[in-house]
Amino acid sequence: MATIHVDGRDYEVDGADNLLHACLSLGLDIPYFCWHPAMGSVGACRQCAVKQYKNADDTQGMLVMSCMAPVQDDAYISIEDEEAKAFRANVIEWLMINHPHDCPVCEEGGHCHLQDMTVMTGHDSRRYRFRKRTHKNQDLGPFIAHEMNRCITCYRCVRFYQDYAGGGDLGAFGAHDNIYFGRFQEGTLESPFSGNLTEVCPTGVFTDQTHSEHYTRKWDLQFAPSVCHQCAVGCNISPGERYGDIRRIENRYHGDVNHYFLCDRGRFGYGYVNREDRPRVPEWRERQRVDAGPGAAGVVGGTISLEIDDALDRAADGLRSARRVIGIGSPRASLESNHMLRTLVGDENFSTGIDARELELLVRMSELNTRCGLPSPSLREIEACDAVLVLGEDLLQSAARMALAVRQAINARGDALAAERGIPTWNAEAVKTLAQEAHHPLFLATPEATGLDELAERTLHAAPDDIARLGFAVAHCLDAEAPAPEALDDVTWALARRIGEALLAAERPLVIAGGSLGSPAVLEAAGNVARALARRAQAGALSLVRREANSTGLALLGGQSLEWALDLLANGDADGVVVLENDLYTRAAAARVNPALQRADCVVVLDHQRTATWEKADIGLPAASFAESDGTLVSLEGRAQRFYQVFEPSYIRPETRIRESWRWLNALKASVERQPVTPLTLDEVTREVAATHSVLAPVGDAGLSAAYRVHGLRLAREPHRYSGRTAMRANLDVSEPRVPQDPDTPFAFSMEGYAGYDEPRREVAFAWAPGWNSPQAWNKFQDEVGGHLRAGDPGVRLLAPLPGDYDYVRDLPAAFAPRDEQWLAVPQPRLFGGEETSARAEPIQARMDATRFTLSARTAERLRLTPDAAMTLILGERRLTLPVTISATWPDGTVGVPSQAGLPLAAPEWARLEAGEVSA
Amino acid sequence: MSRILQDRDERRPETHPLTFRLNDDGTPVMLEAYREQQGYASVERAFRDLTSKTLIEELKTANLRGRGGGGFSAGLKWSLTMQGEGIPRGYIVCNADEMEPGTFKDRLLLEQQPHLLIEGMILAGFANNAYQGYIFMRGEYVDAARTVQRALDEARAAGWLGRDVAGSGWDFDIALHTGAGRYICGEETALINSLEGKRANPRAKPPFPGQSGAWGKPTVVNNVETLCNVPSIVLHGADWYQGLSQGKSGDGGTKLYGVSGKVKRPGLWELPMGTPATELMERAGGMREGHTLKTWLPGGGSTGFLLPEHLELALDFDTIGNAGSRLGTGLIAVVADDQSVVSLTRNLEEFFARESCGWCTPCRDGLPWSVKLLQALEAGEGERGDIDLLESLAVDLGPGRTFCAHAPGAAMPLASAIHYFREEFERGVTRGQGVAHADPIPVGSV
Repeated sequence: MATIHVDGRDYEVDGADNLLHACLSLGLDIPYFCWHPAMGSVGACRQCAVKQYKNADDTQGMLVMSCMAPVQDDAYISIEDEEAKAFRANVIEWLMINHPHDCPVCEEGGHCHLQDMTVMTGHDSRRYRFRKRTHKNQDLGPFIAHEMNRCITCYRCVRFYQDYAGGGDLGAFGAHDNIYFGRFQEGTLESPFSGNLTEVCPTGVFTDQTHSEHYTRKWDLQFAPSVCHQCAVGCNISPGERYGDIRRIENRYHGDVNHYFLCDRGRFGYGYVNREDRPRVPEWRERQRVDAGPGAAGVVGGTISLEIDDALDRAADGLRSARRVIGIGSPRASLESNHMLRTLVGDENFSTGIDARELELLVRMSELNTRCGLPSPSLREIEACDAVLVLGEDLLQSAARMALAVRQAINARGDALAAERGIPTWNAEAVKTLAQEAHHPLFLATPEATGLDELAERTLHAAPDDIARLGFAVAHCLDAEAPAPEALDDVTWALARRIGEALLAAERPLVIAGGSLGSPAVLEAAGNVARALARRAQAGALSLVRREANSTGLALLGGQSLEWALDLLANGDADGVVVLENDLYTRAAAARVNPALQRADCVVVLDHQRTATWEKADIGLPAASFAESDGTLVSLEGRAQRFYQVFEPSYIRPETRIRESWRWLNALKASVERQPVTPLTLDEVTREVAATHSVLAPVGDAGLSAAYRVHGLRLAREPHRYSGRTAMRANLDVSEPRVPQDPDTPFAFSMEGYAGYDEPRREVAFAWAPGWNSPQAWNKFQDEVGGHLRAGDPGVRLLAPLPGDYDYVRDLPAAFAPRDEQWLAVPQPRLFGGEETSARAEPIQARMDATRFTLSARTAERLRLTPDAAMTLILGERRLTLPVTISATWPDGTVGVPSQAGLPLAAPEWARLEAGEVSA
Repeated sequence: MSRILQDRDERRPETHPLTFRLNDDGTPVMLEAYREQQGYASVERAFRDLTSKTLIEELKTANLRGRGGGGFSAGLKWSLTMQGEGIPRGYIVCNADEMEPGTFKDRLLLEQQPHLLIEGMILAGFANNAYQGYIFMRGEYVDAARTVQRALDEARAAGWLGRDVAGSGWDFDIALHTGAGRYICGEETALINSLEGKRANPRAKPPFPGQSGAWGKPTVVNNVETLCNVPSIVLHGADWYQGLSQGKSGDGGTKLYGVSGKVKRPGLWELPMGTPATELMERAGGMREGHTLKTWLPGGGSTGFLLPEHLELALDFDTIGNAGSRLGTGLIAVVADDQSVVSLTRNLEEFFARESCGWCTPCRDGLPWSVKLLQALEAGEGERGDIDLLESLAVDLGPGRTFCAHAPGAAMPLASAIHYFREEFERGVTRGQGVAHADPIPVGSV
C-alpha cells in the first residue's frame, strides 16, 4: 500500500498500480483513451496527464502521464492543476482535428467514450480551420461496421485484437497522421472476438453492424442484467430492447467470469429473439392419426390460434386423457422451467431431453467437479493458471470465452518475467517486449488443429481414445498409482512425461476437458489427471466444458435421457408428452422422433422458436426467450446465475400471449388438476427448486429477490433519458397504459427507479454514471478498475470439491484401431452454427463456415476424394452428403462431422463412407 | 561522398583519434592499412588487461558523451546494462540511421573507416556481455553499406568476429541491417522495434534497452561516432582522452564538426570538443560573397536556432544547452540573410510531421497542425492568433508531454524561430480582424 496526495486529499492505494488505475479506482475522474483495465498502459494518447510534484513544497511540478507513472508512496499529484487541465483539453482538440464531428449520425453517440472525455476536459470549440484527412472504410463482414474517419488513433483496437485475442487480420497501417486500422484488404474479420472492438473502440470506428440494422440510442434502450444463453460459459450480458425487439447485446461486466469481453456468438446471436416467425400465440393443430411407418408426416390439417384459456383447457384435456404423461425438459431452459415441468409430470416421468450418452457425460462431469479433489475455476481463476492441459476440447469452438481466458493464462508468463526484471505488469508494451514468445506451458490434445495450437508447447491430434490414453499416461506420470495405458508408444509416453513435469512444476496447473467429443474415456482421463494432481500438487483446477447454457443445471436437477422418453412414447408406454424449449430433431434422428410423436395422443410443446418439434405439437404454447423471461442457469463453472426479463412483449405487441415457460407450466398444472390458476412468482419457483434439490439449495442467492429495493426504489430498466415513452404506443391506443408490472424481479419496466452506481449492487442492467455514458462506466461499479463489482460479482457457486482421497478409474481404452470399411464419426463443435438458437440468427448464419466433413489425407486417398469433393456418410438409417476438407492433422480412420451439419451426433459412432452422393 | 577537410598532416593519431587514418582521396581504410595504424590494438589490450567493469570505468572517467545528439554518458549507459546471473547475453546496436537534417558525419566514418566502428562495437560487446551486434544503417547509405559489409567480412575472416574472437574464447559477431527510410528509426527504441520487424514506434522508457531491449534482451544502442571513440579511450586511457578537448570543454575528446549552408567551404573537421563556432565558420571560409549570416542551427534540424552573436560559444553539450538550444550532432547549418525563417521552419516541421510515427497524439496531430499554420503564414494567409497557437503547440510538443523526443526536437526550431524572428511570422498575418475563431478559446469551463 502507498499513500498518495491528490489535490490536497490523502488516499491509500495499491503501490503496484499506476496513478491512473489508482485514481480511477478511487472514483476520481481522469480522462483517458489508450489505457484499458484489461490491457494495461501504453502511454500513446497523452490524455491522462496530471501534475506530479517532487514533494509537499514543490509548487512547480511537472506533467506526467498518469497511466505510465507508477504509484509512489507519499506522491503529490494534482488532477485539477490548470496546466494539466489545459493540456488535457488540448489533447482532445488534437484528437478532434480529423474527427468528423458526426455525432448526430454516429452510432456511438450517446455511449461514446470520446464524447464523455470531450465533455470532461471542457474542450468545446475548435481552432483548427484547415482540411481534414479522410479515409476509406472497409467491409469487415456481418458483425462490424467500419468508419475510420472517426478514429482517434488510440491503438486499443489492434492491442485488443492482436495482443489480447490473438487475431492476425486487423492491424495498424501507415504513419504520422495517416494511421489506418483495418485489414490488409476488405473481408470478414476472422477473430471470434471481433465484437469486442465495438466496446474497446472509444468512438464510432468499430460499431455493431447488427445493431445498425435496427439502430436505437443507448438512452432509448430498455436493459436488464442477463446471462448469455449461447453456450455454457455463463457470460453476463446486457441486452437492450426497443419496440419489442432486442437491438443489441453489450457486455455486462462480471469480475469473475467474462470481465469486459464476449465472444461473437454471444454478442451477435440474439436474432432468434426477433424472428418474425416466432410463435406468439398458442396454436392448436388438428391432426389425423397416420399409422404409417417412420418418416411419414404426423400432422395433417390446419393450425388454429388460440386464446390462453382455450389453449390451457385443450392441453389439459389432452394430458388428462392420457394414461401416462411424460415431460421432456431442456438444457437451454432455466432451472425454474425444467423444475415446473418436472413438477407437472412427476419426477418419475421427467426426461432431461438430452441424449443418453451426453447425459451420462454431464452427470459424470458433475461428479468429477466434486469428487476429484480439484475445484472448478472461474475464468478469472483460469487466467491465473500457469500450466494448462486441454484434453479433447477445441475451446475456440466449444467455449470461446474460455479460450480467451486460457490465452491470457498462457501469455501471463510475460508478467512473471517482467516482475523478475522490475517491470510493472501494467506496462503492456514493455511486458510484451520482454516476453517475446515466452508462454506458460499449454498442451492441447484434440482431433483437429485448433486456433490455440500456436500458443501450445505441444499438440497431439488424435482419435478420442488416443487423447484419453495420453491423459491416462499423464496421470500415471504424475502418480505411479494411477493406471498406465497399455502398449502406449514411446513418443506419447515422452509427451506425457513432459506434460506431467510441466503440471507439477506449475503453481496453479489446470486441466480442461469436456463433452464435445462425446467420449467418456477422455473425461475419465481428465479425472485421473485431476486426482493425481490433487494428490501431488498444492493447487490446481479442473474445468469441464458443457455444451449448452443450462447443461450443468439440468444434470444437477436430474432426469432421464431423451431416448428413454422417445422409447416410452414409441412403445406406447406413455401417450402424453410435454416438450419444453427443445427441438428433439436436433438431438435424435428423425427416424426416432417421428414415431414417438406420432404415437403420442397429446403432444404439448412450449418454445419460443418455430422448430421442427413445434410443428408436430397438438398444442403449442409460446414461451418467452431469455429476453422476455427470468430464471436461473448453471454455467459450466457450476455458477448459478439469474437472468432477468428485459422487456414485456405484450406492451408493444398486445396480441402476443408469450409467457415464461415456468408460468405456462404452473397454469397447465392447475388446468390439468381443474384448479384455479394461482399466481406464481419467480422467487417462489426458485425457492421450490432450492428446497427440492439439495445440490441446488443455494440457487436462491443467485440473484436478487423481487423484494429487493435501493432507498425504497425498484431498479430501473431504462436510462433516465429514455425518450418517446408516451408516443411509442400511440399507433395502438391514444391512452398510455400503465407500464407492465414485474412481480418477479426488483426491476421496473421504467426509467423510474434506482440506476446509480454509488449504492453497491450485483445486478446492473446498464452501466451508467454521471459523465460516463460508455461501457467505461463500469469503472464506477468496481471495487477497483478491472476488479470485482463492489457488491460482489453475480451468481453463486454450486460445485465445490468434497474432501476425500478418490481412487483412479482403471478402465482404460485400448489404442484407437481404424477399421477397414468403417470410419469413426467424431463430432466437431462449431462456434458459429453449432448452437441451436443462435444458428437461427442471420448474422451468425452469414458467419458460418461451409459445412464439411473433415478427413485425413489417407482416407481421402482411399476413397479417391479430392478437396471439395462430395462424400456421403452413412450412420444406420441416416445419411449425410457434404463436401470434404482434407486435413494434414486429422487422425486417420475417423471422420469429423461439424455440429451445424444437422446430423445429431452426441458421441462417436462408426459410420460408412462413400464417395459422391448416395441416394437413400 | 563525405570528405574530411583537414590534411593528413594535421590529423595526428595523438590529436585526431577518429580521422588520423583517413586517406586524403577519401578511399576507405580497409583491414590491412587499418591494422598497420593501431587497428584493433584496443581489442587486444582489452582482452589482455581489462574486464567489463574496468573498461566501463575507463569510459565513464573519459566522460565520452553520446555523439548522436543526446549527449548521455556512454560509460553510464553501459554501466546500466543488466548483466549476470539469470540475465541473457544481449546485443550491441550501432545507430547508423543518420537522418538528422544537415548531418553527414557518421557517413564519413562508415564510408571510409568501417573497421574503427567494428573495433568499437567489439569493445562494447565485450563490456556489455553481448553476443551479437547489429549495425542499423540508413537505407540510402548504399556505398557505406557495401564498405561496411566488406569490412565485416574481412574482420570475420581475420578472426576479429565470430567464434572465439582473436583467441579470447569469447564469441561475438556483427550483422548489417539497412533501414527502410524512417527518421524515427534514429530513436533508439524505435530502431529496436524496426530491427525486430515491428512498426518503428518508440518504446516507453523505463524499461531502458539495457534492461529489456532487442527481443527483450539487454541491448546497448550507440551512435557510430560514439562507438568510434571507444578504441582510442581503451588504448590510451581516460586522461589522454580528456586532454583532447584542450580545456575548451568539460567534455572529453574530439568531435566531428561540420558546416553546411551558404558558406564558401562546407565540410567536416575533427576538432577538440568545445571548439567555438567561430572557428568552424573560419574553417568553412565564412559566408559566400554577398551573404551575411542571419541565424544558424547548431546540430541538425531538431536543434534550436541561434543568432550570429552565439557563434562565440563553445560547441559542447552544456554550453549550447544553456544558450537555449542543443548541440545535437554538432553539424551546424547556417541560414543566410536572404532565406526566410518562416519557410525554413515550415520545411523542417513538414519533415518532422511526416516522420512522426503516429503513436502519440501531440506529435501525430499537433505537428501537422503546425505545418498548416506555417503554410498559411508563409502564403500570407495567417490569422490573428496563429503565432500564439504555434507557440502554445511548441510548449505542448515539449519534453514529457510527448511519448519520445521526436516532437520536442521538432518544437525546438519552431519555438526558437518565433522567439528570434517573430516579426517575420507576423508579416504572414493578414487576416484576423473579425475572424471569429481567431480568438483564444476558453477551456476547462464545464
